[in-house]
Amino acid sequence: MADETPKPSELLSKIDYHTPSTHWMDVPVNIRKGMYCYASNPKSVEYLGLPNARAWNPIEEDWKLPENWQQILHEGFKERLEKFRSIKVFMDICVRCGACADKCHFFIGTGDPKNMPVLRAELLRSVYRNDFTLMGKLLGRFAGARPMSLAVLKEWWYYLFQCTECRRCSLYCPYGIDTAEITMFGRELLNLLGLNIDWIATPVANCYRTGNHLGIQPHAFKDMLEFFVDDIEEITGVRVEPNFNKKGADILFITPSGDVFADPGTYTCMGYLMLFHFLKEKYGLDVTWSTYASEGGNFGSFTSHETMKRLNAKMYLEAKRLGVKWILGGECGHMWLVINQYMDTMNGPADFLEVPVNPITGTRFDNAASTKMVHLSEFTADLIKHGKLDLKPERNDNKILTFHDSCNPSRGMGMFDEPRYVIKNVANHFYDMPANTIREHTFCCGSGSGLNAGENMEERMAGGLPRANAVKYVHEKYGVNMLACVCAIDRAALPASMAYWVPGMQVTGVTELVANALVLPGEQERTTDLRGEPLPGMEEADE
Amino acid sequence: MSVMAQLVSRKEAIAGKWLARVIDTYPPETARFLRGQQDPFANPVGQATRHSLNTLVDMLLAELDEAAARTALDPVIRVRAIQAFTPAQAVGFVFDLKPILRESLGPAAQNSEESALLEDRIDRLALIAFDVYMQCREKIYELKANEMKNTTYKAFARAGLIKDPDQGAGQ
Ligand code: SF4
Ligand code: SF4
Repeated sequence: MADETPKPSELLSKIDYHTPSTHWMDVPVNIRKGMYCYASNPKSVEYLGLPNARAWNPIEEDWKLPENWQQILHEGFKERLEKFRSIKVFMDICVRCGACADKCHFFIGTGDPKNMPVLRAELLRSVYRNDFTLMGKLLGRFAGARPMSLAVLKEWWYYLFQCTECRRCSLYCPYGIDTAEITMFGRELLNLLGLNIDWIATPVANCYRTGNHLGIQPHAFKDMLEFFVDDIEEITGVRVEPNFNKKGADILFITPSGDVFADPGTYTCMGYLMLFHFLKEKYGLDVTWSTYASEGGNFGSFTSHETMKRLNAKMYLEAKRLGVKWILGGECGHMWLVINQYMDTMNGPADFLEVPVNPITGTRFDNAASTKMVHLSEFTADLIKHGKLDLKPERNDNKILTFHDSCNPSRGMGMFDEPRYVIKNVANHFYDMPANTIREHTFCCGSGSGLNAGENMEERMAGGLPRANAVKYVHEKYGVNMLACVCAIDRAALPASMAYWVPGMQVTGVTELVANALVLPGEQERTTDLRGEPLPGMEEADE
Repeated sequence: MSVMAQLVSRKEAIAGKWLARVIDTYPPETARFLRGQQDPFANPVGQATRHSLNTLVDMLLAELDEAAARTALDPVIRVRAIQAFTPAQAVGFVFDLKPILRESLGPAAQNSEESALLEDRIDRLALIAFDVYMQCREKIYELKANEMKNTTYKAFARAGLIKDPDQGAGQ
């Protein structure tokens, strides 16, 4: 008898971990904790005048949808197919070749097939076929069609918020299908039913009201910058004097509020202040900050095209009000996606501004002829190229650097070389990550498009794995200890990713490195960098 | 040939079988990718898994050093700790090695002393795996809890914009 009782080891050996092969339409969505962001606060939704403001919880059965939600979705879909030719084309032309399938960091990190870009798009396409194509209507599932249902809606929501709109997949698609735009479109449809996340809705409401995502009012914005002024004085002995809302300044500077309010972006912000002070003292350049357009980021772009337009308009209205010549943009990611891809159609042309010319070097930025907005890395690279900055790169000698190309400045605007050129001129130790993980092939930080909340940490870590894996490689091979980037979401998100995947790796903005190396007129001998860490060779002086 | 020597000579086949089982804990489409894509930067999960398992097989057949085992287990567990696995599924793959070893030894050697030693090592490995798993989960919780504090709060506090409620009025 006893022999018949299986031993634990025998039981164990019988456990089948094999996942059965099931058609994706038959795999039910399982909304897993750590993989989604909390639902939006109804107050924020209401403030923005967006539909169906109410408290709801993604893991509860009842999502408190309007009675006629299916009709709303169908009509929203139809309207956008007519309005956006790109969406119509993207719905029709995919041949399911699979070239994009394994290119998404969320697929690579989660191992969930529905995170293959082609399947993510199929989630919407299947409903498109059912509602809008003859084949789909006639053949149903045989033609890859399925009707909308509550389960499908939940699947849309779960997976459209597991896409950071990074566009890596579209790089490999022979037809140039842009899954990021499909996600933007899908999220816009979800918004019609009030299915947004709070990490996006509340920053958008804040930005609309006070000018920045964190809802910081103008006086606090100014206080924070003045606190940096004190800090800079302590480190360099020089008191910088930023301009606020100055009418008739040459240039309006706009950066993400994350640089002003969140570490380690704050050190980059100190860098901006120091660079502008240098340029004012040496060349008389007059740059102003705005406490009204105090946000470069545009979380509206993660909501709907109308919201994106509303937030973007603020920057241009402020440039007009102040009468500046053009706009200089700080180290931001999706701000540049909005500027380069959509601004001109939405709020352009900005013909009240001038085509940007760097008054110090005479360089004309024809690439910004229409948007009138130049990226700080382009601007700094130009200054360095013309020998206009006084630099001591050896002050960064204890930093062994690599550079993370943020998705939007790289794939969204084609900026690859300028930040690298700047880094190599302000620091002596730089190593690129492997070629298939940088420049246009760059991997997302894993937290873009409004997904850098705390509650979805598993999602962020999974999405951040491919990037972190390449960082780990240069860390182990070359001793890289600092990851540079030109995006505020990166600076907010990568420290957590590094803490999990590559402990000990620090994250910095490029302008922080510039300011460490920059010699301000009349400065005292510096003993520390902007973070208060001793400069190389000054370890004792600091004690 | 001793049992151990036999296994060492079949080391690659053992690691290969083990890897196949671990990869099959993923959905079939994903398993195909994990198996097929050889570029370590395009396929970090496949690479971490393969690398960890190879090192562990070497270790099991030689000597089980606790610290080294922890280092070898870390990459694969770190990945599984954030994926859609239950704790048992995340670390249970360690036990998969038992039937593979038994199979590769054949019935004669199954009751040998060395075989018992190996089973014991696998059990110890599983316990270490569970420790590593818990450390990863704790790190995730810590990151969740401190996300806001580490960034915004710290910057505000440095600027003196946050008043500690515990501080008396006179301070
Ligand atoms: S845009 Fe980026 S996140 Fe979205 S599906 Fe493509 S690769 Fe994945
Ligand atoms: S690469 Fe393009 S055509 Fe091929 S499956 Fe992906 S989206 Fe479709």
